[in-house]
Amino acid sequence: MTALRLHKRWFFSCLMICALVLLPVLSIYSAFTQFSLSLWQHLIDTTLGLYITNSLQLAIGVAVLSGFFGVSSAWLVSQYTFPGQRWLQWALLLPMAMPAYIIAYTYTGMLDPTGPLQYWLRDNFGGTGAVLPEIRSLGGAILMLSLVLFPYVYLLAKTAFAEQQQNMRDVSASLGITGWRYFFQVAIPIARPAIFTGIALAVMETLADYGTVQYFGVSTFTTGIFRTWFGMGEMHLASQLAAILASFVLLLIFWERYLRRDMAFYQTGQTETTSLRVPPKHIQYVCSGFCILLLSIAFIIPSVQLILWATMHFSLAQLSGYWALLSTTVSLAIIASLVTLGVAVMLSYAHRITQHPWLGYINQLSGVGYAIPGTVIAVGVLVPFGWFDRQLNFAWYAIFDHYIGLVLSGSMVILIFAYVVRFLSVALHNTQSGLDRIKPSMDDAALALGHSRWNIFKKIHMPLLRGSLFSALLLVFVDVLKELPATLILRPFNVNTLAVKAFEYASDERLIDAALPSLTIVLVGIIPVILLTRAMQFKRA
Amino acid sequence: MMKISRKASLLGLLSTALIASLPLNATELNVYSARKEALIKPLLDRFAEQNDVTINLVTGKADALISRLKNEGQFSPADVLITTDVGRLQRAKDMGLTQPITLAEFPNSEFHDAEQHWVALTKRARPIMVSVDKIDEYKIQSYEDLTKPEFAGKICVRSSANIYNQSMVAALIAQKGEQYAQDWATGLVKNFARKPKGGDRDQIKAIAAGVCDIALANTYYLAAMQNADAAQQKAAQAVSVVWPNQSDRGVHINISGIAVTKYAQHKTTAEALIAFMLTQDAQSWYGKTNHEYPVDSTIEWSDTLTALGTFNGESIPIGKVGELNAQAVKIMDRAGWL
Repeated sequence: MTALRLHKRWFFSCLMICALVLLPVLSIYSAFTQFSLSLWQHLIDTTLGLYITNSLQLAIGVAVLSGFFGVSSAWLVSQYTFPGQRWLQWALLLPMAMPAYIIAYTYTGMLDPTGPLQYWLRDNFGGTGAVLPEIRSLGGAILMLSLVLFPYVYLLAKTAFAEQQQNMRDVSASLGITGWRYFFQVAIPIARPAIFTGIALAVMETLADYGTVQYFGVSTFTTGIFRTWFGMGEMHLASQLAAILASFVLLLIFWERYLRRDMAFYQTGQTETTSLRVPPKHIQYVCSGFCILLLSIAFIIPSVQLILWATMHFSLAQLSGYWALLSTTVSLAIIASLVTLGVAVMLSYAHRITQHPWLGYINQLSGVGYAIPGTVIAVGVLVPFGWFDRQLNFAWYAIFDHYIGLVLSGSMVILIFAYVVRFLSVALHNTQSGLDRIKPSMDDAALALGHSRWNIFKKIHMPLLRGSLFSALLLVFVDVLKELPATLILRPFNVNTLAVKAFEYASDERLIDAALPSLTIVLVGIIPVILLTRAMQFKRA
Repeated sequence: MMKISRKASLLGLLSTALIASLPLNATELNVYSARKEALIKPLLDRFAEQNDVTINLVTGKADALISRLKNEGQFSPADVLITTDVGRLQRAKDMGLTQPITLAEFPNSEFHDAEQHWVALTKRARPIMVSVDKIDEYKIQSYEDLTKPEFAGKICVRSSANIYNQSMVAALIAQKGEQYAQDWATGLVKNFARKPKGGDRDQIKAIAAGVCDIALANTYYLAAMQNADAAQQKAAQAVSVVWPNQSDRGVHINISGIAVTKYAQHKTTAEALIAFMLTQDAQSWYGKTNHEYPVDSTIEWSDTLTALGTFNGESIPIGKVGELNAQAVKIMDRAGWL
């Protein structure tokens, strides 16, 4: 097979996959065919301005705060030895297992004027009403989302920092660039693609969030989408808002791609890493203190609160049907993350092999589902699948004289497809940046030596990519575990997940009943985190 | 060899997925429910056991379920749609997703659709709740009183994204007209103690914590708190229910209800389920478990409900509320009640 034919094949299969993944997004954009000026006028006159400013503040706030949490902790654990550095390396990933709306409910339960802390403060120090700053506010939402989303930045930044080699620091030191200057002028710029990717994921997830902002009473673009859809019954207007949100995110992504169009970030595949530095004792304690404090606020304190709630009224009866719930949730997450990873690897590979500039943009485009609220994606999925099922039935009737009913709608297939659409971006960012760091000259050399593409993939790329593939798998797995809105609408009859259970209680303000399923989500989420860490350590050893 | 077995297992997986989604047979009933599983499954299970029916359940947000129903079209497996407010039932009807129900006996006319496309299952009231320390001083008697300037900074209400608030304003439009409702909403917002946040229980707790003195909340939340853990019981004791507008239009009433889908394949079973849900047994189960009022006035209330007191409710054709929902949201948008 000539190289050209091979390229064409990759190019078109990539196009096909992207088209399929983009179908739901296109069906959202198709809402613009029904445009109502008076409805838009109403939005502009009343709430649209608020939606935009709140969403922007929220996105910028989360970008800054999750960036700060992620980069600072990643820098510390990848560069210095200090007490706890070894276990903090993986423990800092744990907040990822905490769904944003759960941490929001938990902190509200503790810190709200109606919670035990403020009662205690009022009883002992006087005062009435709220005696602490309101947790349920824009600032509170930024904090909650940053606490559970910073691990995305942390994970990617840590890998990037760890890969920066000793000679880089030696050269910088010989030029007099050390300490903070090294951090800002060398380490950060080199890690920029990774850091940006992490922050982009956090911001996209933030813009798609509904549970937290809704509970905190912060009116954002997303709450606006649901207000127009549920409240006014204007599905088209809601889809138009979702499409605008998606376009905004795409612009951001393309802009960043454009900014680094001429840059290349490669690693040579050498395993030599920087040796950890040993700072003075008091600095070591500051490092430990910072990381442990961050971990406590983002994970330990809310987990302990969940444990307290879960054990408060625990009875064995609660465990009936729990095993089925657990196994459904876990198998869904495993299948969906494997499928998503497969798609992501194919897309990134097609781009690498063909080097077609379009594919870079098309791949980015197919990741846009991450910034669209799950409910909107779900409806976007329902439309084309419903159409397909109807056509299939009519065709079936013409041949066999009876209908076969819905085949894809209401099945696991549609649900897993929705997960792929929603979380492809997460996997894609990892596989893409993993592949980007492998020099193409390596492929050329291997090709020249007569190795097949498959061999190159197996023998060269796989070992180098393993970390990226693992983190892609982990991130999607945890995301599916926590996913709520799309699961809620698309799931087949009698299929429940932990997130659905937790949500049903929490939305009824039954936090104590919601604690057990929430805690289980967190516990199940920890398992892949530990597996990932072990895999990474194994690689290093 | 390896490849073949992999393909075979993939095929196996796919066919299992297909079989799982094939049409279900006659002794089954497929339920789309906006009522959460914990509050519907026990009753469904009881019906299933008594009638030897297998019930398949999906719960979710009402509008999302309606979207699913619509996209599945004539092949939808769903037989019934259960919602927790009248607006969504009306919306499903308007979209042509439901059909008339045949029942031996319907509840009072205000509790079912004029064309019998939906029936109410329970009744819910949304009165005013006032701090017990302030109830004598404030002398609140109507929803209109809440807009008085003297209550500035004293009122807690959840977001207007919530359907209970939307229905409430829609009912006001139906009875008093759009401008009246607009003035009321604007006046209410002026008296907010804080930006709307949280759920109905949150507003009651906020009164107990001294954040505000007055709240709007559905009674079953208060009743549930009275029967919950010590902290919630304590908060519930800090408020007292005011039944507003008792000399004129009455307290705001909403319903939870059920409709049979247009393409239901098990219509008779669906109607049997509805009849079952309207029996004395099922109605008092709701009263005891979720503290909602029965739609049949002859059925006895639980102790908790009796203790909250009797009231006169709005008597408008309740379907009208559903039609006015979008208008209500626009009014609240303009009032700045988000």
